[in-house]
Amino acid sequence: MFEAILLTVITASTPLVLAALGELVTERSGVLNLGVEGMMIIGAACAFVAAQLTGSPYIGILAGIFGGGVFSLLFGFLTLTLVANQVATGLALTILGLGLSGQIGEAFVGQPGIKLQPIVFPFLSDIPFFGRVLFRQDLIFYVSIALVVGINWFLFRSRTGLKLRAIGDSHASAHALGINVIRTRYLAVMFGGACAGLAGAQLSLVYTPQWVENMSAGRGWIALALVVFASWRPWRILAGGYLFGAVGIGQLHAQIVAQNLGIVIPSQFLSALPYAATIVVLIIISHNRRTTLINTPAALGKPFVPDR
Amino acid sequence: MTLSEGPAAVPLLSVRGLTKLFGSFAACNAIDLDIGSGEIHALLGENGAGKSTLVKMLFGVLQPSAGQILWQGAPVTIASPGEARHLGIGMVFQHFSLFEALTVAENIALSLDPKISLARISDEAASLSKAYGLPLDPQAHVADLSVGERQRIEIVRALLQNPKLIILDEPTSVLTPQEADRLFETLFKLKAEGRSVLYISHRLEEVRRICDRATVLRHGKVTGACDPKQETPASLARMMVGSDVAEVHRDNAAALGDICVEVSNLSVPARTPFAVSLKKITMKVRAGEVLAIAGVAGNGQGELFDALSGEYPVAEDEAIRIRGKAVGRTGINGRRLLGAGFVPEERHGHAAVSAMALSDNLLLARSQSDKKAFLSGGAFSVIRFDAIRSATRRICEAMDVRKSGEDPQAGSLSGGNLQKFIVGRELDRQPSVLVVNQPTWGVDAGAASRIRQALIDLAKSGSAVVVISQDLDEIFEVATNIAVISEGCLSEPHPAGTLTLERIGLLMGGVHESHSVPEAANAH
Repeated sequence: MFEAILLTVITASTPLVLAALGELVTERSGVLNLGVEGMMIIGAACAFVAAQLTGSPYIGILAGIFGGGVFSLLFGFLTLTLVANQVATGLALTILGLGLSGQIGEAFVGQPGIKLQPIVFPFLSDIPFFGRVLFRQDLIFYVSIALVVGINWFLFRSRTGLKLRAIGDSHASAHALGINVIRTRYLAVMFGGACAGLAGAQLSLVYTPQWVENMSAGRGWIALALVVFASWRPWRILAGGYLFGAVGIGQLHAQIVAQNLGIVIPSQFLSALPYAATIVVLIIISHNRRTTLINTPAALGKPFVPDR
Repeated sequence: MTLSEGPAAVPLLSVRGLTKLFGSFAACNAIDLDIGSGEIHALLGENGAGKSTLVKMLFGVLQPSAGQILWQGAPVTIASPGEARHLGIGMVFQHFSLFEALTVAENIALSLDPKISLARISDEAASLSKAYGLPLDPQAHVADLSVGERQRIEIVRALLQNPKLIILDEPTSVLTPQEADRLFETLFKLKAEGRSVLYISHRLEEVRRICDRATVLRHGKVTGACDPKQETPASLARMMVGSDVAEVHRDNAAALGDICVEVSNLSVPARTPFAVSLKKITMKVRAGEVLAIAGVAGNGQGELFDALSGEYPVAEDEAIRIRGKAVGRTGINGRRLLGAGFVPEERHGHAAVSAMALSDNLLLARSQSDKKAFLSGGAFSVIRFDAIRSATRRICEAMDVRKSGEDPQAGSLSGGNLQKFIVGRELDRQPSVLVVNQPTWGVDAGAASRIRQALIDLAKSGSAVVVISQDLDEIFEVATNIAVISEGCLSEPHPAGTLTLERIGLLMGGVHESHSVPEAANAH
């Protein structure tokens, strides 16, 4: 029973972790892309359609990454090249993504999907409990863990990651040092889009292998909250993602238990828990402002126009 | 190492006819400049004379519209700061281009060859900072460092690239006199190694003391090239300003009147991690007195201003009295109604809304204190535009505010003119108490002397004036009494005539007379 619950928690948490990791990199470069939900659903639609057309879920994954990445380019062009307001553009991206994905997937509604099969590690998967939980997972899960390690190394150990953080702290100073602010931000935005697209692919190829309109169901917003919750740190994204995922799954089980006991808990209350938790965390970290200032990208959401 | 090739050799850097146009406005107009090897060369000029634009072109941040840059005799195009560094030009900016969220070593690493490991950079920075007498901890976060320490990072960062020319943009504007002395020693060391320094400043004494040659700019043009040691401050100032600066005139101290501002045992905890807490501040300002509060930036000046103005009221109502009334918990408008006026430090975004017209800015400041004059219709508070416009005109005339158009946006005025307006906005009310923070920061000499004169005149007419400033020249010009703020503590006031620059410098460095005077105590 516990193992089964844990497996569903992992499946529910992986898209949150992936999308939040992408947004973390974007925000560390100083760009606030509120279009995660839109990029995610575009990724889900592209992945599902490509998998249906080719019969390969792996081509579906690539299509999801590609779809999310290209869609984020639209955001990049509007906010970085045309210097449009990032908040408004991000919201528009979400609305556009929800509509556009419906269009892409329209012909595929109700078709049975192709589920991405787990990769079974020989021997390791035979370890009781841990083997089943950790070594019989699909490719996307392994990628999500590798990304946590990789992004943490990239941001805090590599020189390119240092430049990215510098841009997010003060783009004017970074520009004065000769760092290409706009190009780096484009790449960061596209990485965010690709991660959101991969998260979407997980939804339509692993979580519920079918196409349903609006199937991202607000996970993009949770991922956005998760970035703040994790105070822009990759390992905390992993922890927070699993916490939020567990809350989502626990909510279903709690409903059943409560119903059996004759108690009515409004489901909306439990759905709101991740956001409430984020607010609590925000209150806690804003008490210690020094650490917040060292972690929070100071240039977040501010447009950059180099003088000529 | 030696790079010097004797005075007859080709100059290290030559500039010929360098021009930068912003639209039709020439920020730099056909500038010629030669910097020899092993020379400390001053670039003098008022704010807006084009100094910053010129050095930005030399460092590749801006591209010239016309003209030529020659490096060791060969024409070069400096397309980016990276190319400038590659040539051997290092730059220490006036507004530090540092990243607060990163460590000292990380900040330095950003401008170096990415192949060098962070650990090696830490080691080199530590040894270099020791060699030049600029103590630094490579692992510290910049957010936790003082302004002087931040400047050291910039200098060490520039030095690590082994430059032939180092450009320093107004380096001493944020330092105590002792910190400045230490900087000068570093500069002499650099010069002895055959490196050249381009030293930008508007502090004449300093330039005369350390620079071998000087180029003076005014309105984007070179107005003089000289040996500053052969000039007097007055002759240099004439080259900078173009005419003799009106000297601030002050009568002998008049008899002081009643106590108008009384602060007793005021302690305020720090609001943010970067703020300074105020500790048991006590001061009295009498009618007719100008109390100047000196100190290096970031020692609690902003916090003291916030407490005095009521922008952030304090817990103890009795701690602050204005004209005898306890106002600690009263907000800014309540204090204005008692006849007080306040001019904060930041012109843009604090003292004035840049995107709004001057008349709107007037109303924003005085809508409560001058309700009767500017608003009508009782509870409806209808704005009387005629009254506001005529008051705006009156202020602009009184303070000689030069502007384009009848009622332009505050942001379109030059720094000096906007500052004259926001000071004039308060003076127009004839306040019996005026508190100003950095009244002439970054304004040209003409506007500065006008503002200082206005402050002295106001005191003479029987008001109490508090001037918070980092500019010691200004303080000696206007003050009746001088107190020094250091790490949130305010010293006893001293009559201006009894203090010397050295003594103030020690007080600013946190050394109070009751302590002995250790050499190292002024490092911060």
